[in-house]
Amino acid sequence: MFDEKMIYLDNASATRLDERVLEAMQPYFFKTYAVATSEFGYSQGIEAKEALQEARESIASKLNAESKEFIFTSGSTESSNMAIKGIMMALQKKNKNHLIISKIEDFPILYSTKYLEKQGIKVTYLDVDNYGFIDLVQLKDSISKNTAMVSIQHANQEIGTIQNIEKISQICKERKVIFHTDATHTFTRLAIDVKKIPVDLISVSAHTIHGPKGVGGLYVREGTPLTKWMDGGFQEFNKRAGLENIPGAVGFAQAVKLVTGEENEQLIALRDYLISHVLAEIPQTTLNGHSKRRTPQNANITFHFIEGESITLHLDMNGFSVSTGSACFSRSLEASHVILGIGGNHERAHGSIRFTLGRYNNLKEINKLIKTLKEIISELRKISPLGKD
Amino acid sequence: MKFPYNEKVLEHFRHPRNVGKIKDADGKAMEGSPACGDMVSVQIKVDKKTKRIQDIKFESYGCASNIATGSIITELAKGKTLEEAKNISWKQASDELGGLPPIKVHCSVLAVEGLRSAIKNYERKHGLTIDKTATTVEKIEKGLKKVMNPLTGLDLVGTKLIKKIELKEGIVKIDVDLPENHQFANSIREEVLEKIETLHDIKKVLIIFSG
Repeated sequence: MFDEKMIYLDNASATRLDERVLEAMQPYFFKTYAVATSEFGYSQGIEAKEALQEARESIASKLNAESKEFIFTSGSTESSNMAIKGIMMALQKKNKNHLIISKIEDFPILYSTKYLEKQGIKVTYLDVDNYGFIDLVQLKDSISKNTAMVSIQHANQEIGTIQNIEKISQICKERKVIFHTDATHTFTRLAIDVKKIPVDLISVSAHTIHGPKGVGGLYVREGTPLTKWMDGGFQEFNKRAGLENIPGAVGFAQAVKLVTGEENEQLIALRDYLISHVLAEIPQTTLNGHSKRRTPQNANITFHFIEGESITLHLDMNGFSVSTGSACFSRSLEASHVILGIGGNHERAHGSIRFTLGRYNNLKEINKLIKTLKEIISELRKISPLGKD
Repeated sequence: MKFPYNEKVLEHFRHPRNVGKIKDADGKAMEGSPACGDMVSVQIKVDKKTKRIQDIKFESYGCASNIATGSIITELAKGKTLEEAKNISWKQASDELGGLPPIKVHCSVLAVEGLRSAIKNYERKHGLTIDKTATTVEKIEKGLKKVMNPLTGLDLVGTKLIKKIELKEGIVKIDVDLPENHQFANSIREEVLEKIETLHDIKKVLIIFSG
């Protein structure tokens, strides 16, 4: 009944650590474990400080940013909280009390704005079309003189839809509004050059690219007003207090280095293979998101007339790890706000399965997945009262 | 390997018993809706003399709990008289399965409701329904006792979430002590409507979340 080897297809949630990342981190647990001291500290502390600086430079360069513009955090949840709350706190004094996001943002953004609404901040939730794209005209029309910032994700966590952040950031720049983007699911998979794109803040994370959990970062363009909200010491250019996670930072930098253009091309090929075969071989299926403008690792498909938790459990028993937008699977028993946001009904959300690929997946696994899916979907449809006439 | 359900639930989930429809069913019901997540269809064949359930089949559009409960309920009901089958509770079904996670109780309740509705459907068709009495606040409260708060797996009345029930000229007003944006407000609303709207003399049900 059970395969010895699990086939892990939930890489948007967390990834297997790459051994080379662990190798890079190890010395900073056992050899150079001191706090990063000032340049007048003791030698182990200076070494730690240099390792941190090197990691920072390396990650910042991936964005074509200056190293002083990159702040380490505990992950993209913290980065996005810091960006949204930090900017709104800084600009509220200047009567800028309006914020614009899309309705399919990930939870750190959505719940940060819900918190701010209770504090009197006005929030506009932009609609998205059937693919998940925001409407640039609606964005322009929503910006007023009180608008402090716009936060639109680079790509969606569930359906992988890539927003046109080039155009969005231009609009924000012209209207003198700060622009933040959540790049948790795109960093290193898609290029962002902050010298070419006028984005002010970017949330990134190591856990989606075979790096360690619990480390991420926030790019903050020089001169961006950001109120510090994690108080304590003067770490991270006095923007975020707390002992630096040096092994984490080193691991993150290593994880960034290990992602190659070739790997991203392979993911796209594997993704397109998965999508085209499932849609062709299993009837009554719908692709969620856009066929081309989606992240290299994401495939999200609705299997109509059956429920997602049943599919994930069957897949689990057959050795596959995936996730679903079904209410039954979530802790809150709420259907995916993303599938509902793109105009899907509850039925479409309940039957949606997200497959997210990573470095360790291969074609053989995807073929096995397709074969298993065919059997599971057909069995569950036999049980279902829907879709039979 | 660790799964969210015990072996027996998984077994029924993987190999559900009595799946399908009955040709010329004597009683049938479809409970739930795609909007609330789960749907169960239950069909029965009844021995006219003995009033025993000769055959029973179910179908499920739902999660593992829903499928497993649908399966076990058909096993429990088969061969029982209608009166006996009516009294099968979700607790019995859940115990028979060796227990379900509390958050999944509402999914299993639906299968039990499906069985009861199929029996009611049979009784109505065969002129056996006796309940034509006027609906009262007490009767509504009794109905609400079957609506679960999915977070706790306990019913709304028992957990004192019903602040007030008003009944006037066929219009029911129910005041629920939960905020409008509570994560389960919608599913609770749908379940309440299902229970109360179907009463023969109720025209409209208003549910207010005022917590």
